[in-house]
Amino acid sequence: MTVPAAYHLGLSAVLFSLGMVGVLVRRSALVVFMSIELMLNAVNLTLVTFSRVHAAVDGQVLVFFILVVAATEVVIGLAIIVDIFRSRDTVDVDDVDLLRG
Amino acid sequence: MPAALFGLVACLALAGGVGVIVSRRPVHSALALLIVLGSLAVDYLLLDAQFVAVLQVIIYAGAIVVLFVFVIMLLGARSGEGPKIGAMLPVPLAVLLGALFGAGLIAAVANAPRAWPPVAQGFGTVQQVGRALFSTFLLPFEAASLVLLIGLIGAVALGKRLPPIPPGPSPAVSREQVASGRAPR
Repeated sequence: MTVPAAYHLGLSAVLFSLGMVGVLVRRSALVVFMSIELMLNAVNLTLVTFSRVHAAVDGQVLVFFILVVAATEVVIGLAIIVDIFRSRDTVDVDDVDLLRG
Repeated sequence: MPAALFGLVACLALAGGVGVIVSRRPVHSALALLIVLGSLAVDYLLLDAQFVAVLQVIIYAGAIVVLFVFVIMLLGARSGEGPKIGAMLPVPLAVLLGALFGAGLIAAVANAPRAWPPVAQGFGTVQQVGRALFSTFLLPFEAASLVLLIGLIGAVALGKRLPPIPPGPSPAVSREQVASGRAPR
């Protein structure tokens, strides 16, 4: 345990920012989804780090719940993407603008 | 030794994270995401979180990435992006915003405690996390099973093909069907 906690947290911060840039820049709904997964993983790393810093296991339990929600979210989201692809023949988030005013 | 391992893992994770957002093909993004997930699993081991590391490999790398790859395969080559440039934000502006945000986050965590408190033998094992899960967090645990069930039902409902609409004299419906590619066969 020679690496300070700040390094783990810094890695997590950079990964979260990368995910955010991915959501802002990419147009393929699939890649936007993967960027969201990247952000969820960054948060998980933060939780695990603080769980170790405080020597309490609660953070790891929270990671477990985040995993459950992430799995559900991916299943539902990919089903929606497949449905959009079936009806519009595209997964480009800029082309799916039916609600644009 | 842990420091060298952390350096390797951090470099791999960052390279994978960049790969996710710059790859042209979604399959390459999925494989880069796999690299990130694997290196984070190793990092969890460095942080005495064995159970979470195993969950990371089984659920994220084993299930979620496979699901992504299945959907990419299902959608075929058209799941990528065309040459059209038209992101919500111009790319340099988005990168600048991301860099600012990341710098803010790093500044917020820079003075985290340096010392690691000693933990008892068996910290982060299945036994200890499971004990917390089934005592303090029993109600959220049961709620999580409900979330999974709802996700299951939702995925089945969304994935079901709609029954073909019987041919009728309504021109609006048929135009909708042609536009959506769901014309009765």
